Amino acid sequence: MRQTRTKTVLLHTTLILAVIIICLPVILAFIISSQSETEVFSSPPKLTFSNNWVYNYQTAWRRVNLGRMMFNSALIASMVTVGKIVISLLAAFAFTHFEFKGKQVLFFLVIVTLLLPVPVRIVALFDVVSALGWINTYAGLVAPFLASATGTFLFIQRFKTIPVELVDASKMDGCKPMQYFFKVLLPLTKSTIGALTVIEFIYVWNQYLWPLMATNTDNMRVVQIGIKMLMNAESANNWGVIMAGVIMTMIPPLLVFFVLQKSFMQGFALQSDK
Amino acid sequence: MSKSAFHNKLLPYGLLAPTFSILIVFLFYPAYETFRLSFYKVHPFSGAAKFAGFYNFQKIFTNPVYLKSFGLSAIFAVGVVIVGLILSLLLALLLNQKMKGASIYRSLIIWPYALSPAIAGALFNFLFNPANGLAIYFTGVRTWLTDSNLALFIIILAATWKNLGYNVVFYLTSLRNVPKDALEAAELDGAGPIKRFFSITFTFLSPTTFFLLVMNTIYAYFASFGLIDVLTEGGPANATNILIYQLYKDFFVNSRIGYAAAESLMLFMVVVLLTMIQFKTTEKKVFYQ
Repeated sequence: MRQTRTKTVLLHTTLILAVIIICLPVILAFIISSQSETEVFSSPPKLTFSNNWVYNYQTAWRRVNLGRMMFNSALIASMVTVGKIVISLLAAFAFTHFEFKGKQVLFFLVIVTLLLPVPVRIVALFDVVSALGWINTYAGLVAPFLASATGTFLFIQRFKTIPVELVDASKMDGCKPMQYFFKVLLPLTKSTIGALTVIEFIYVWNQYLWPLMATNTDNMRVVQIGIKMLMNAESANNWGVIMAGVIMTMIPPLLVFFVLQKSFMQGFALQSDK
Repeated sequence: MSKSAFHNKLLPYGLLAPTFSILIVFLFYPAYETFRLSFYKVHPFSGAAKFAGFYNFQKIFTNPVYLKSFGLSAIFAVGVVIVGLILSLLLALLLNQKMKGASIYRSLIIWPYALSPAIAGALFNFLFNPANGLAIYFTGVRTWLTDSNLALFIIILAATWKNLGYNVVFYLTSLRNVPKDALEAAELDGAGPIKRFFSITFTFLSPTTFFLLVMNTIYAYFASFGLIDVLTEGGPANATNILIYQLYKDFFVNSRIGYAAAESLMLFMVVVLLTMIQFKTTEKKVFYQ
């Protein structure tokens, strides 16, 4: 009894310590974002909250047009997330519920895309998007990411766990394929859709290299680039203002993450159940 | 599966049409074209291309900056993998214990997964910058980002910190699937907790470990661009100039399109190699970006 108690205390102490260390960079950033310039540069450093919130957050917001960038990032991330989910659902449905010529080859081609992350094809991708006249457009930031093996595989995995009897029963009821897709399959896929929403929204919101190349006007920049622009704009490196900007840009993906955390974890659990 | 398939000749192709339109235009064609260009000399402004055989490869592999980048990318990746996997396995083992508040601890440990490499770069810049980084005051060391070795260490630390949540989630999920009866049987046989961990749990986790090994390497090679651009810009003296950063500079800053294409092909080789290891060691698993 005593031994298990010591063990529990030790376990909690270790975990609390781990949590503190992991959260520390963001906690410190949050504290600094409340301080005035003098406090930021004071030595020894001041590690308590101050009352310069409004100035820092307003300055960060205005200095690099952060509002516009937040809007751009949110729009792009939402469009890719929704688009990719729809497109991947359809592809997964085709691969799991139909027999057709060339199925193996097409599936293999989807697998091959795992070998082609953006950096591997960026030189010509840039040419393609330029030729389409899509530099500095939402289309250029969204379209290249609408299809991927990740989404398709995740839905294939999910569809495979759904009992085949459901298909037979639906066919007996005279259900057409697309009716089955919408009425039976889709409702059973909610948590996978939730997991993919988290993965894709965060992936697109956090993208850096492609938006850096595919845009060059302030109006079309995204928040990740904004962080660097803010650091350059704050030439005296007033970390109070910069960290205020950083804190604001991490809120949307964190919201998505915490709201959908449960289905996110289920989505992960699902794929390793196999 | 085949018995219960729907019968329709055209529908499956219709369902796959959106996927393949995107893949052809934005993946297969650009990949093919990039690889083709790696054997051409491309004029930076007119875009005129002339076949040049292995000229670009000769050039990049005789460039000391590129060679250095090749080596330090490997060190960076190994660092991210080793530090990241050990820490995340330890954390997952702790989180897997029966206790109150387990899900709260879990959330508080995995949430940096939602942050971007650029944000990690900004945070670590704030903590370790040579002008007034907090770390200077607490450690007395001023050269965290100006000394080559320390800078490499800091980018490993930052990249690992950002990816820890991702690794913990995977380890946690597979820890839940470790067969309990095997552990109990070993306990009855008198195996201590450490022996039980290495003989049963660790063996059971090895597919996940291999999967994470590959995913973390890919992350280090490709996804760390934002981190580098915000934290070090490849410096000091190219000490953190990983391959993807060099590729970006050659392509976008210096307009050396042929070199960049050749460097892309080298990165492709890295992915192919890793994917082969991946497929050999684990069965089909979903890839998360």
